[in-house]
Amino acid sequence: MGSLQLKSVRKSFGNVDVIKGIDLDVKDGEFVIFVGPSGCGKSTLLRIIAGLEDATSGSITINGTEVVTVPPAKRGIAMVFQSYALYPHLTVKDNMGLGLKQAGAPKDEIEKRVAKASGMLSLEKYLARRPAELSGGQRQRVAIGRAIVREPKLFLFDEPLSNLDAALRVNTRLEIARLHRELKATMIYVTHDQVEAMTLADKIVVLDAGVIQQVGSPMELYNRPANLFVAGFIGSPGMNFIDAGRLGASDAKTIGVRPEHITLSRESGDWQAKAVHVEHLGADTIVYLESEKVGAFTVRLFGEHHYQPDDVVFATPAENQLHRFDANGRAIR
Amino acid sequence: MSKARTSLTRTSLVHLALIGYAIISVFPVFLTLINSMKDRNAIFRNPMQLPTPETFDLVGYTTVLGQGDFATYFQNSFIVTVASIALVLLFGAMAAFALSEYRFRGNTLMGLYLAIGIMIPIRLGTVAILQGMVATGLVNTLTALVLVYTAQGIPLAVFILSEFMRTVSDDLKNAGRIDGLSEYAIFFRLVLPLVRPAMATVAVFTMIPIWNDLWFPLILAPSEATKTVTLGSQIFIGQFVTNWNAVLAALSLAILPVLILYFIFSRQLIRGITSGAVK
Repeated sequence: MGSLQLKSVRKSFGNVDVIKGIDLDVKDGEFVIFVGPSGCGKSTLLRIIAGLEDATSGSITINGTEVVTVPPAKRGIAMVFQSYALYPHLTVKDNMGLGLKQAGAPKDEIEKRVAKASGMLSLEKYLARRPAELSGGQRQRVAIGRAIVREPKLFLFDEPLSNLDAALRVNTRLEIARLHRELKATMIYVTHDQVEAMTLADKIVVLDAGVIQQVGSPMELYNRPANLFVAGFIGSPGMNFIDAGRLGASDAKTIGVRPEHITLSRESGDWQAKAVHVEHLGADTIVYLESEKVGAFTVRLFGEHHYQPDDVVFATPAENQLHRFDANGRAIR
Repeated sequence: MSKARTSLTRTSLVHLALIGYAIISVFPVFLTLINSMKDRNAIFRNPMQLPTPETFDLVGYTTVLGQGDFATYFQNSFIVTVASIALVLLFGAMAAFALSEYRFRGNTLMGLYLAIGIMIPIRLGTVAILQGMVATGLVNTLTALVLVYTAQGIPLAVFILSEFMRTVSDDLKNAGRIDGLSEYAIFFRLVLPLVRPAMATVAVFTMIPIWNDLWFPLILAPSEATKTVTLGSQIFIGQFVTNWNAVLAALSLAILPVLILYFIFSRQLIRGITSGAVK
């Protein structure tokens, strides 16, 4: 239904380069997530795709058509905003139908599509209400419904879950995943939350400082991060980075090992360490350790473990799960 | 805001201050009203006294309504005020939208230039304005007054409205753009309804100086057909004799329409504030 190509897209505000040359290929029906720390340019990139900002240079192609000079309404896109951005003076039904009405669609067609979208999102009961009379979760569903009604080639989501509380966030996340399966539509989704990225995406684009750091499936990013930034950004708690010199490895500058790939023992192991802090989460136990050999590091154990601060323990990293990075921070494979 | 608890002394002090200010503000109006209903001797002998059966006299009102074309004067004032407010709000809001919404070269400079209009009194340019009006043949027309008052009101309108428009969510405007609304539709259908309280504020601030103005009607439109109420009541003020009954009656009558307009706008103002709070 919709594909997207970006070719060397750049954006500067005055002297500040926000996007420094992005090339990206999104295939029909893919769920692509832009993820990165705040200020990395992910929202700007989304707005450039939507046509709300002009790219300083580069080309954007949606479904094979160059759209750089096409206004947002004619690009065949729909966007869901973080702040919902519902029209406060219109009812839910009119909010959803406005785009089609502007495009001159016949009334019964609008009626049909609004009915279908509100059915998908169980919003039938609220069609006559105004946004002020809805809860946050309902408002965000209306905003998603407004996007569905347009039957766009491309769905754009700009941090749609950030304003929702934790429980609603999980529900709405599931809802978006279900919609993606049902509609088989191409979706581009911006978030700073790596859990959303890992759970929803077919393909994650990790951005930092206006540059793509790595593109890949969630598991690719987790198992084979291309550089130190991606390795540190994906996974929670973050990967432990250890100076390779301390481990006597000569082929790398930095060794990375994820907290879940280290085992702890009270009797013996590779690194002797002292527990500094322990977090008991029920399903996981996270132990923060300090060792003379490798410095501070974190271990994530599954299930309950009764370690205390100041306990002396031995840590052993899984040999086949080590990540090696060179002096420039790139992964050595 | 931070504390829900109210202390009695605090509240009463606040109320005392407000009541004091209200008395000071209302007193001249009150004095005008009571004296407009007294006979001439009573006005001078006992200006503070309420009209008693002996001193009660409506001669001022009968003079005003009998003499001159006060209906026409009222109509002129009304036309000029309403037309000026409408133009100030329309152009002020559009300029404010442009300044707050679009990034273009000279944006800040343009904003400052408009703000200067608040600081420099328009009366400094009276001679040039008069020459311009004479050249364009607009002297002794209401159009001349409307044009001048619009120019006079726009700087403040732009200043207040652009601040308010900056608070309208960008996402909302962008959602409109994606839904295919034109920039005009975004302005009229999304932004204006959201800044309605600010529009009411601007309308009130613009309206009162226009209604009360004597200067420009006297200079630009002194003809009988274009006199405003303020100018019209000047016929009772002579160099040697002033008909105080008539002057006070005319002023009392002049308060009414402006009061009505104020009530219309202040209702908007209150509605705007509460709708924001509920949302």
